[in-house]
Amino acid sequence: MTTDSTLIKVINLEKHFAGGKVKALDGISTEMRKGEVVVVIGPSGSGKSTFLRCLNLLEVPTGGSILFENEDLTDRNVDINRHRQKMGMVFQHFNLFPHMTILRNMTIAPIKLQGKSPEEAEKYAMTLLERVGLGHRAGAYPSQLSGGQKQRVAIVRALCMKPEVMLFDEPTSALDPEMVGEVLDVMKSLARESMTMVVVTHEMGFAREVSDRVLFMDEGIIYEEGTPEQIFNNSQRIRTKEFLSKVL
Amino acid sequence: MDNFKLRFYNNFIADERWRYIVNGLSVTIRVTFFAALIGIAIGFVVAIIRSTYDKTGHLKVPNFLCEIYLTLIRGTPVVVQLLIIYFIVFGTVKIDKAFVAIVAFGLNSGAYVAEIVRSGIMSIDDGQFEAGRSLGFNYVQTMVYIITPQAFKNILPALANEFIVLLKETSVAGYIALQDLTKGGDIIRGRTFDAFMPLLTVAIIYLVMVMGMTAGVTRLERRLRNSDH
Ligand SMILES: Nc1ncnc2c1ncn2[C@@H]1O[C@H](COP(=O)(O)OP(=O)(O)O)[C@@H](O)[C@H]1O
Ligand SMILES: [Mg+2]
Repeated sequence: MTTDSTLIKVINLEKHFAGGKVKALDGISTEMRKGEVVVVIGPSGSGKSTFLRCLNLLEVPTGGSILFENEDLTDRNVDINRHRQKMGMVFQHFNLFPHMTILRNMTIAPIKLQGKSPEEAEKYAMTLLERVGLGHRAGAYPSQLSGGQKQRVAIVRALCMKPEVMLFDEPTSALDPEMVGEVLDVMKSLARESMTMVVVTHEMGFAREVSDRVLFMDEGIIYEEGTPEQIFNNSQRIRTKEFLSKVL
Repeated sequence: MDNFKLRFYNNFIADERWRYIVNGLSVTIRVTFFAALIGIAIGFVVAIIRSTYDKTGHLKVPNFLCEIYLTLIRGTPVVVQLLIIYFIVFGTVKIDKAFVAIVAFGLNSGAYVAEIVRSGIMSIDDGQFEAGRSLGFNYVQTMVYIITPQAFKNILPALANEFIVLLKETSVAGYIALQDLTKGGDIIRGRTFDAFMPLLTVAIIYLVMVMGMTAGVTRLERRLRNSDH
């Protein structure tokens, strides 16, 4: 069933690598409602990144479908580039464009893809930069920023496209511990503003505090899912408990 | 000393023979410059086709044609290519020799530039590519706005070296009787029966140009290394 508030519906998603030998995703079905914060946890190699990257087709699924705003992204006739504009993505290693200033990093896509005027794009970019406390670094290059600053820029770069959903793949895993907080704070404020978010993370505190729903993945499937309360305090299944006992 | 003056006079002043050198130098520079432009154009197109195929498996047929081009150009001597283009490709039409040389050296250089650019593109982290695509850029836009500018910076020194090689290689243009710098010196030698002065002059001019370009590349490399953006 697809209700009005469903933003993404995933049906029986499969992703096999190496001609079927590696079943990174082995039949995943779930949905994300507008404004929902879904956190994906699970052991390394369980398919979390592959799942996230399938949502905007950075990985092309080998089976199943992904409905985004009721359009099947796995349909060959769909213009995926148009949909990706509405799905912001934040990577573990930031992936800022090193040859562009921070401001240019943020404005190039709105200018080239959404036909924004440079003034308009820069004005909006500056508003977002100020909000994450980096207005004074607009003219800097990525190499001049700390990891935490880079990731904050990466988040607002994606936000410049005014996306419907934000996908995060371990956004704090490459950061020095003292910089994790500043990035999580930005994500928390996004969540408070009802941004739809899918977050792969090992930050269980963040998951507990911010998420509406937790997906525990193991061996390419959603092994257990529920509210943070259900998963963290009341897990019904053995492998979830084992995993949590290691990370908590 | 008087002997030196006399030889200098014979080789360069008499009959305005210095014109062979000056005009030849201008031909050499023109051919090198325009061949380099053609080389860059071909090189980037071929490199983008080849790395697209490497990364995505798309463009199978264009990639195959590029491979044939690369194999032919890199597997045969440039003089032979020059002669074939002059006597066979343009054999039946009357055509400016400098133009033929530009086409031949441009085609030749394109093959080498292509492999330099391709290695530059392949050296860019996949994350850059994914970041571009995730913002909604299509493949070509990602290449144009994000990948090639970074690749270009990484390969500038190698490209500059390729053009130093190209400058020296154009010295075989005399095979189609194009009066470039080398040919100019050789013509003077034929007139004055004095090999030493015109040929050494030619050699020194090449050397000065190459050293100038090398110094430029070195400075460029240092600048690029110091600025990490
Ligand atoms: N490009 C790929 N080629 C082959 N196997 C891959 C590729 N990407 C991921 N895998 C495999 O798919 C599985 C899931 O990987 P991944 O989604 O990265 O897990 P996680 O993010 O949970 O650590 C792993 O076994 C991994 O080795
Ligand atoms: Mg991962």
